[in-house]
Amino acid sequence: MATATTATFKDFRNSVKPNWCPGCGDFSVQAAIQRAAANVGLTPEKLAVISGIGCSGRISGYINSYGLHGIHGRALPIAQGVKMANKDLTVIASGGDGDGFAIGMGHTIHAMRRNIDLTYIVMDNQIYGLTKGQTSPRSAAGFKTKSTPLGAIEQTLSPMQLAVTTGATFVAQSFSTDLKDLTAIIEAGINHKGFSIINVFSPCVTYNKVNTYDWFKENLTKLSTIEGYDPSDRQAAMNTLMQHNDLVTGIIYQDTERPSYQELVEGYAETPLADADLDLGEETFKQLVEEFM
Amino acid sequence: MAEQLSWKVGGQQGEGIESTGEIFSMALNRLGYYLYGYRHFSSRIKGGHTNNKIRVSTKKVSSVADDLDILVAFDQETIDVNYRELHANGIIIADTKFKPVKPEDTEAGFYAVPFTEMATELGTSLMKNMVAVGATCAIIDLDVSVFLGVVEEIFGRKGETVVQKNMEAIQQGYKYMKDQLGDGTSSLALPPADGQKRMFMIGNDAIALGALAAGVRLMAAYPITPASEIMEYLIKKLPKVGGTVIQTEDEIAAATMAIGANYGGIRSFTASAGPGLSLMMEAIGLSGMTETPLVVVDTQRGGPSTGLPTKQEQSDLMAMIYGTHGEIPKVVIAPGTAEEGFYDTVEAFNIAEEYQVPVIVLSDLQLSLGKHTVEPLDYSQVSIRRGKLVKEGIEPREDKSYFKRYEVTEDGVSPRVVPGVTGGIHHVTGVEHDETGKPSESPANRKAQMDKRMRKIEALPHVFPNPVYKNATHEEADLLLIGFNSTGGAIEEAMERLESEGIKVNHARIRLVHPFPTEDILPLIESAKRVAVVENNATGQLASIIKMNAGYPQKIKSILKYDGNPFQPHHIVESSKELI
Repeated sequence: MATATTATFKDFRNSVKPNWCPGCGDFSVQAAIQRAAANVGLTPEKLAVISGIGCSGRISGYINSYGLHGIHGRALPIAQGVKMANKDLTVIASGGDGDGFAIGMGHTIHAMRRNIDLTYIVMDNQIYGLTKGQTSPRSAAGFKTKSTPLGAIEQTLSPMQLAVTTGATFVAQSFSTDLKDLTAIIEAGINHKGFSIINVFSPCVTYNKVNTYDWFKENLTKLSTIEGYDPSDRQAAMNTLMQHNDLVTGIIYQDTERPSYQELVEGYAETPLADADLDLGEETFKQLVEEFM
Repeated sequence: MAEQLSWKVGGQQGEGIESTGEIFSMALNRLGYYLYGYRHFSSRIKGGHTNNKIRVSTKKVSSVADDLDILVAFDQETIDVNYRELHANGIIIADTKFKPVKPEDTEAGFYAVPFTEMATELGTSLMKNMVAVGATCAIIDLDVSVFLGVVEEIFGRKGETVVQKNMEAIQQGYKYMKDQLGDGTSSLALPPADGQKRMFMIGNDAIALGALAAGVRLMAAYPITPASEIMEYLIKKLPKVGGTVIQTEDEIAAATMAIGANYGGIRSFTASAGPGLSLMMEAIGLSGMTETPLVVVDTQRGGPSTGLPTKQEQSDLMAMIYGTHGEIPKVVIAPGTAEEGFYDTVEAFNIAEEYQVPVIVLSDLQLSLGKHTVEPLDYSQVSIRRGKLVKEGIEPREDKSYFKRYEVTEDGVSPRVVPGVTGGIHHVTGVEHDETGKPSESPANRKAQMDKRMRKIEALPHVFPNPVYKNATHEEADLLLIGFNSTGGAIEEAMERLESEGIKVNHARIRLVHPFPTEDILPLIESAKRVAVVENNATGQLASIIKMNAGYPQKIKSILKYDGNPFQPHHIVESSKELI
């Protein structure tokens, strides 16, 4: 059977109408993923989008590709399993800030350390949307929500600083309305050989009346406007994040030297494991048995 | 001469007690004896009483012995805790180092042997274990030369001198003990064994080997007692077939990573114990709802919470059958021996793919960690069946409509296509979904999909090979004993003794605990005068399952043990007599 070798972003569209609110930032993220996938030369069959739970977690159902919508906070371990099974697939994990930085934070940190070659896109709206407006680890101090009626009293989490210190090899941030920049960053993330984390400010128009489109436009700095910014300089990356209170967009840090997890695993097959013949063979079995005698 | 022998070595944890037992049993295994070992240990690395009880026989043995013939003691606590198990002809051999005191109320022989002193003279006190092994050989009349091969294997890489010194330690221990015993044949001398080479392994080895034979390529796991040996074995072996083990950050990651890998088209699994299984329950629900194959091994230990991490218990049964919210089709298999652990693990992977369900392989600490002689494993019985897996040849659809991954079929099982396959795009979600995987809240669809999922495993009790192991020769038994997992050995032995007293006993061991093989067991229950369910838990979980499925709530009684130790045959004999 003939297999399509090229695809356009339209090929990554399906007929499902997203259940996001009109104006939600996630629409642009969806479009950026579709464009980036086409731009890097993927066909829909070779892309697997693994998502978590929440408004943004629905994204895997809105892209014409293989997709798995899992359980809350666990998109990353599922995605890592998929990639380990079939290294020829392009795997994108995605979800919201609650999914990745609250319930799933343990997995996020360890996925960054592990460095399996996949791209993690977080749609960060600094609030819990689908449960109708509670605080998130990304909410600013003093931010009033249904669960913090007097204002959030916990420290805001910085996923980008954390990523840089944890050993992530590709750390980037973007803003959902910057479709061109966002698409380019997702492409770079997909092309990066290792784990890439992309935090996308994706405003919630219904429950977050503070971190709005206008607020981001006013407060974000593009790293491309900082003269001489070098994403391979880890120290500079940290300094820049701290100086700008994390409100920067672009590739913050990239380590192109460190091999991905799969390149480091002893004996890991060069062809996708999903293609392997599962029969161990009687001779090998006999040898294994004799070791117990 | 004794047909069989029970030997125990004890001391402080971290003193090499385990390796003493290991060396002793390895040599006996090579001579063709059947062995059954059980380790008593604590959840700590150094200190605390530990012992290793090994039963040696010229015939297959499958349970911890009631009594003890030889007790090797490296501290007084070992004597004080264990001497009551010794029968009148038994012997205590104790290290002179701790100035051992013989208990007043024992008829057993008592010998103080300078284990440590002799070892120290040879170069290092570490070899006291070898001296003790040598002394044991003198009692059971075993030629110490059989240890040479074993010692070479263990110490060979440390050089010839170390091998020689250790052999010398064994010989000196032997000679010292022979002198003490004087002339004449020991009543504890073992008859010669058949010299057959047999496997000697823990249940976890058998399960891990089963996973390898089933074609596993990725194991995702988090260390826990008593499951870790499964990952440790596969860490060494999976690279040889291009696969690997990932030690995940927790058990949730382990289960979900395994789900991702199965979705991705390979065979992947995880193994843990109660606390880990509790964490995995949501993931098991995802596997059930998305019909993604998943195998999880649960090596039961003492619960609840952290419970008794290093002790025997069978209290996860209900959690394994019913755990996870909502309703999913799930299969729970309970092997009773290492051999079954191997075959059932292979079968678990086949069932997981054929029925597209989560499969729990239930083990328990006694089975998982006890080191046993294992009958030859027959590779010709290993088949790899992947069910309705579709890898190519899907008719192209021009309209971009999704592949019907969840097509409603007669047997409930739908074609399963994995990512990368042309024409197979569909959605997978834990949300209720339609035939293409797209979310749907329609009542009609909900019912159709729920019915489809649940009917997948309905026929399994009729298809599963030997869902109930039966040793049932009586048409009308006085007593039917029912158990699961490792209690089978003790039940069989108890049965022999009860039979010798004229009591007609049948034995049924449940191997497929869910879906329950009611039709298979019901005739045995109906024809028995009394039924007793033997299990290592406080609430009679298996008894409840049987009553729920087969009825007879008045007839079915329980024999329970939940003190952390395994059943010995005498427990079952005594309790059975009370019930008859």
